[in-house]
Amino acid sequence: MAVPVKSILPIVTVVLAVLAIWYAAAALMNAPLQRDMYANAGRSDYSTQDLIVASLNMERPKLPGPHQVVAEMVKSIVATAPSSKRSLVYHGLITLEETLIGFVIGAALGIGLAMVIVSVRWLDSSLTPWLVASQTIPIIALAPMIVVILSQFNITGVAPKAAIAAYLSFFPITVGMVKGFRSPEPLQLDLMRTYSASSMQTFGKLRAPASAPYFFASMKIGAAAALVGAIVAEVTKSEDGGLGARLLAGSYYGQTVQIWAALFAAAALSAALVGLIGLVERLAGRRMGFAR
Amino acid sequence: MIDRRLADLVPPFLFGLVILALWELVVRAAGVPTIILPAPSAIAARFLVSIPTLAADFWQTIKGLLAGYIVGCGSGLVVAILVDRSDFLRRGLLPMGNLVSALPIVGIAPIMVMWFGFDWPSKAAVVVVMTFFPMLVNTVAGLESASPMERDLMKTYGASDWQTLTALRLPAALPFIFNALKVNTTLAMIGAIVAEFFGTPIVGMGFRISTEVGHLGIDMVWATILVAAVTGSAFYGLVAAIERRVTFWHPSFRAKGA
Repeated sequence: MAVPVKSILPIVTVVLAVLAIWYAAAALMNAPLQRDMYANAGRSDYSTQDLIVASLNMERPKLPGPHQVVAEMVKSIVATAPSSKRSLVYHGLITLEETLIGFVIGAALGIGLAMVIVSVRWLDSSLTPWLVASQTIPIIALAPMIVVILSQFNITGVAPKAAIAAYLSFFPITVGMVKGFRSPEPLQLDLMRTYSASSMQTFGKLRAPASAPYFFASMKIGAAAALVGAIVAEVTKSEDGGLGARLLAGSYYGQTVQIWAALFAAAALSAALVGLIGLVERLAGRRMGFAR
Repeated sequence: MIDRRLADLVPPFLFGLVILALWELVVRAAGVPTIILPAPSAIAARFLVSIPTLAADFWQTIKGLLAGYIVGCGSGLVVAILVDRSDFLRRGLLPMGNLVSALPIVGIAPIMVMWFGFDWPSKAAVVVVMTFFPMLVNTVAGLESASPMERDLMKTYGASDWQTLTALRLPAALPFIFNALKVNTTLAMIGAIVAEFFGTPIVGMGFRISTEVGHLGIDMVWATILVAAVTGSAFYGLVAAIERRVTFWHPSFRAKGA
C-alpha cells in the first residue's frame, strides 16, 4: 500500500479529474429534471447558474453530486445514533459481522480442503478440475436459494448471509492455497526427501511457509468476495438490514443519495478489509523475508 | 497426447457421477422434501419441460452480458493503450484501478437500473463497469512486460512508437489481456445475473432465480443454475480456446514433455 512520492501528484490529479467529471455529469443528468420542476412551478426567470446549483442539490437526483453523498454519509454515520435503523453504522456493522463470520468459515474450510487436496492423490485428480470449473460458474446465483433453504431449517438472521459469504470466499481461497502449497520447487521437495522428512514435516517446514504470499493474496480476494456475498444475500433477504438492504430500499423509493452513500460505505468496508490484510502481509513479509 | 488428456478427464468425471448418484440416493432414501433439495433426476425432468422458458431467460441475460463484456473489455483495452503513452496518467490511474477492482461493484446495479431502465441495457452497463477495470489494470501491466532488450532492438530497427506497439508490446501483452478476458467472463456472468435481482422485465436468469425462490420452485432454480453454470463454463472455455490459438508461443501452452 506504500505509495511512492512520485505518484502522489498523479493520483491527486486523477482523483480531482474524477470529481470534476462527476460534477459535470451530475449537472448534465439532473438539469432536465430540474428544468421540468421549474416548468411545473411556472418559473422561467432562472439563470443557467441557478439551474446548475439547483441540479446539484436536488432531493432525488439522477446522479447526486459528491457533496450530497458526503453530506448523507456524515448525516447517517456521525449525526445518527448507531442503534437507529437510519444509521449507516447500524447497517454497516450487520454487513461487517456477516462478512467476517463468513470469511473466517470460508477461509478455514478453503485452507483445510487445499491441505487435503495436496496430500491425498486421488482427491487431487478428481476434485481439482471441478474446483477450477467452479471458478467459471456464477455461484452467486445460488445465493437467494441458500437463504430460502436455510430458512426452512429455521436458520435466519445473520447465519444465512454468513453462509453465502463463506461460500463465495471458499472457492478462490481453496484454489489459491492449492497453488501456494504446490509452489515449492521439485529441488526443495527433493531436499526434504533426502532429509527423510515425513509428509507432515514437509508440509509444516516447507509447503506452509512457502504458501505465505499465496495465502495473503487469496485472503484479500476471499475477503472482497465475502463482502459481495453478504451484500447480495442482504438484497435477497432485506428485512434484516445491512448495506445490501439499504441499496434495495434506496432503489425501491428512488432515494439515489442513500444508494450512493451505502455504496461508498460498502466500498470503504471492502477497502478497509483488504488494506488490513495487506498490512498484516507486510508485517509478516518483513519477518518471513518474502517482502520486496 | 489426446489420449493422455482424455485419461486425465476420467477421474473428475467419475467423481462427478458418484456425487450425482449419492445426491439422488440420499434425497430418495431420506425423503428430503423438494423445497430443500430436489433430486438430480427431478431437476433434469424440470429442465426438459421448461426448455422454452429457460431459453428465453438465457437470451435475455446473454444480451446484456455480451454487450457489456464487449464494451467493457474493449474500452478497458483502448484506455490502457492511451494511458500507456503517459507515465503521469499511468501512475495516477493504476492505483485507482487496483482499488476499484477490489470493491463490491455489483452494488451499482440499482443505480444502473434507474438510469437505463429495466431491460438489458442496464445489465450491460453493470457488466461494463465490472469488466473495465480488470482489463485496464492487466493490459497496462502487460504492455510493460516486453523486456528492455527487445525494446532496444525495436529502436535499432528505427521502429516508430506505433510499430513497437503493434509488433512487440501488444503481442507481449496478450497473455495478460487474455487473463483479464478470462476473469471477466465470470465477472460478467455475476454482473448480469445479480443486476436482474434489482429489477428486470419478466424474463432473465437472475429474474427466474429470484421469483422461483419466491414461490419455492426450487427445482426450477436448480435448472436455471444449471444453465448459468454451463453458460459460464462454455464462455470461459471459448475464451481459453481462443487464447490457445492466439498465444500458442507462450511457454504455458508449449507441448509439455514433447
